[in-house]
Amino acid sequence: MSLEEQLPDTVEEGQSADELAELLGDLVIDREDHVNAPGFVIRPDTVQDALRRLRDDAGFDHLSCVTAQEYEDRYESIYHLKKYDDPTQEASVVVPADKEHPVSQSAEPVFRTADWHEREAYDLIGIDYDEHPDLRRILLPDTWQGHPLSMDYDQDRPQIVSLREHANPLQEDQRSDSDSDTMFLNIGPHHPATHGVLHVKATLDGEQVADVESDIGYLHRCEEQMCQTKTYRHQIMPYPDRWDYISAGLLNEWAYARAAEDLNDIEVPEYAQIIRTMGAELCRMAAHFLALGTFALDVYGDFTAIFMYAVRDREEVQNILEDLTGQRLMFNYFRLGGVVWDLPEPREEFFEMTRDYLDRLPEHLEEYHDLVTGNEILQMRTVDTGILPPEVAKSYGATGPVARGSGIDYDLRRDDPYGYYDELDWDVIVKDGCDNYSRLLVRMLEVEQSAKIVEQCIDLLEDWPEDERNIQSNVPRTLRPDDDKEIYRAVEGAKGELGIYMRADGTEKPARFKIRSPCFSNLQTLPEMSNGEYVPDMIAALGSLDIVLGEVDR
Amino acid sequence: MSSQQHPFVTDDSKVLTETRDARLAGQDDRFNSRLREAFGSTPFILTKFDKFMNWVRGSSMFMLQFGIACCSIEMMHTYAVKHDLDRFAAGVPRASPRQADVIIIPGTIVSKFAPRMKRVYDQMPEPKFVIGMGSCTISGGPFQEGYNVIKGAEEVIPIDIHIPGCPPRPEALVYGVAKLQERIANGESSPVVVKPYELEQFGDLERDEIVEQLAEDIDTDDLVMRYNWGDSP
Ligand code: SF4
Repeated sequence: MSLEEQLPDTVEEGQSADELAELLGDLVIDREDHVNAPGFVIRPDTVQDALRRLRDDAGFDHLSCVTAQEYEDRYESIYHLKKYDDPTQEASVVVPADKEHPVSQSAEPVFRTADWHEREAYDLIGIDYDEHPDLRRILLPDTWQGHPLSMDYDQDRPQIVSLREHANPLQEDQRSDSDSDTMFLNIGPHHPATHGVLHVKATLDGEQVADVESDIGYLHRCEEQMCQTKTYRHQIMPYPDRWDYISAGLLNEWAYARAAEDLNDIEVPEYAQIIRTMGAELCRMAAHFLALGTFALDVYGDFTAIFMYAVRDREEVQNILEDLTGQRLMFNYFRLGGVVWDLPEPREEFFEMTRDYLDRLPEHLEEYHDLVTGNEILQMRTVDTGILPPEVAKSYGATGPVARGSGIDYDLRRDDPYGYYDELDWDVIVKDGCDNYSRLLVRMLEVEQSAKIVEQCIDLLEDWPEDERNIQSNVPRTLRPDDDKEIYRAVEGAKGELGIYMRADGTEKPARFKIRSPCFSNLQTLPEMSNGEYVPDMIAALGSLDIVLGEVDR
Repeated sequence: MSSQQHPFVTDDSKVLTETRDARLAGQDDRFNSRLREAFGSTPFILTKFDKFMNWVRGSSMFMLQFGIACCSIEMMHTYAVKHDLDRFAAGVPRASPRQADVIIIPGTIVSKFAPRMKRVYDQMPEPKFVIGMGSCTISGGPFQEGYNVIKGAEEVIPIDIHIPGCPPRPEALVYGVAKLQERIANGESSPVVVKPYELEQFGDLERDEIVEQLAEDIDTDDLVMRYNWGDSP
């Protein structure tokens, strides 16, 4: 299936744009057409009202992303809504705010996930969200001056960052006040169990977690700014590799490729789609292996067996990917309109090597199941800990294995098909345990499905007629999408829904490039899962979320 | 392994042969380590204590388990099966900076993290060594123009070995570690570098516009790091 556009002004099978407008009634002050969805412009003090109507009466229960941006004459927040049942039904709620005093109503009371998204918008753009429970900086340090993605920001002015927030927990007594029993515990940002540079502030009541707060931004590398200063055609593609860097490079590249191809009406040849699908699934396998290895590390402290087994499998997958793309980690293999080169010659060798590995995989997985999922020690640690009920997961916008481990049947590969997925035979794995164990199990079973997909792709590629091996369509050297064309498109990354919002301004660089990171939304659920649990269960819950800080902080 | 890494190995074939033979006489071959073969059975080694210590340091490096960004994935692969950094006497990552000799900096350093990294570095006991892994620690790498990115780890802490690449392959990291070992064993100290960004007390900063602005939020004895982005390369 090629990347066909959904018509902008109709929403298939659901309500039409006009019906939605009717539902919103006089809240709508204007209409916009985004490439992916109809946009309804509303006044900044009716955000909650509008979102509540769309959620309760039209079924838009997934606030996928909040994009904020600044125009010459106004600020704007866009709420990208979807449905968990059918993510092809989308709607955008556009909220302009005053240039002088950008104030807009918070959506947090309607969708919990808006909490962090709006904090980020405040941090980077500078929009004030009224009624937000806790509006402060999220990615940049508290003492930062100015909002870096706003128009008048001067990047060269000095900044001062204090170390106060990193108080040494041993230095003074960290009990919160004299007659309370709780204790404050700092975990991270340099800590082996935080999967990178996450800082978790935990308040303990005895051995139980009374409250946790994740403090992020220790790896905020200005990915959005980087993409906004690069050209569509070639320069942006290397950056996605570095969002979710756990070998999930091709999946991320696909997110950008899909959005940019739809924005510029580029077709992708079928043959290239098969290669993409195969590469992406190999990446997913590698990413899930590391998730498994680090989870075992968190739960067992086992740096020996399981971790090493997982790395062994990753090495094998990376070898295949290296043959295909020329790199072990940062592939930069996709191009708009296809992929950069064909399979390596001799092709038979490549097929044989990949098949060889896939043949050995069931045995390896058996081993993992013996060591991990079939192990009662691990089961005791993970079954019924870190509970995340489906409604809660939805209100936080959780996606990927985290959502599927909570019984939410949501996978963009099937529900909003792209690439070659809908021609192939595979299943979406859903488990309804809602606990750490289910999330782990979902990932392990997904590896099997990915292997199944890769196998089918190999068969197809092998039989593909030699003169039809078209790896790239004709794409102009420079791309200049029309002014004010806006798009939001998502793919199923290793961690969940990875979305890109782009606004074109008639030049060869995007005017706004926003990344919707699945880990960012998933991480928000941590307090829900760990409050009231023991400290080690909190660590297990964090491990089962499988976050990667490059993607959380971007 | 190069002979430079064993600076104390003397040519014992002539001088010590007699003593050794005398001592070995009558013993069975239970004492047959290669060390004994190299040293002879004499309990004395003639070397400079400094040299000996350098050799010890180079041959037993404890790494700090320190992951930042994408490069740390390749670092983990280097520690794990296949590349197995342990073969080079440098494989056991320690979770606490107080037990580590070497810190590998695997990734992009941003404004919020730099003070923390400096703190971790300060907590390591002397002598300590730093390996900068990847372009990000050299210059900021692909993110050099970012508003929040430190243009190279050397702005914050001194670095002994730079390993270029984005990310460097595990083989490159192994090579870098081996190079560092060689340098340590040869007693070469790291060059002293200028560190533009220091942790200092807020009250000690020169008072200018930005300091005035923040005066209410920050106590004078709080530690802060001041970034003069305009002066960065
Ligand atoms: S050098 Fe490249 S791979 Fe390494 S941390 Fe920087 S961006 Fe990531």
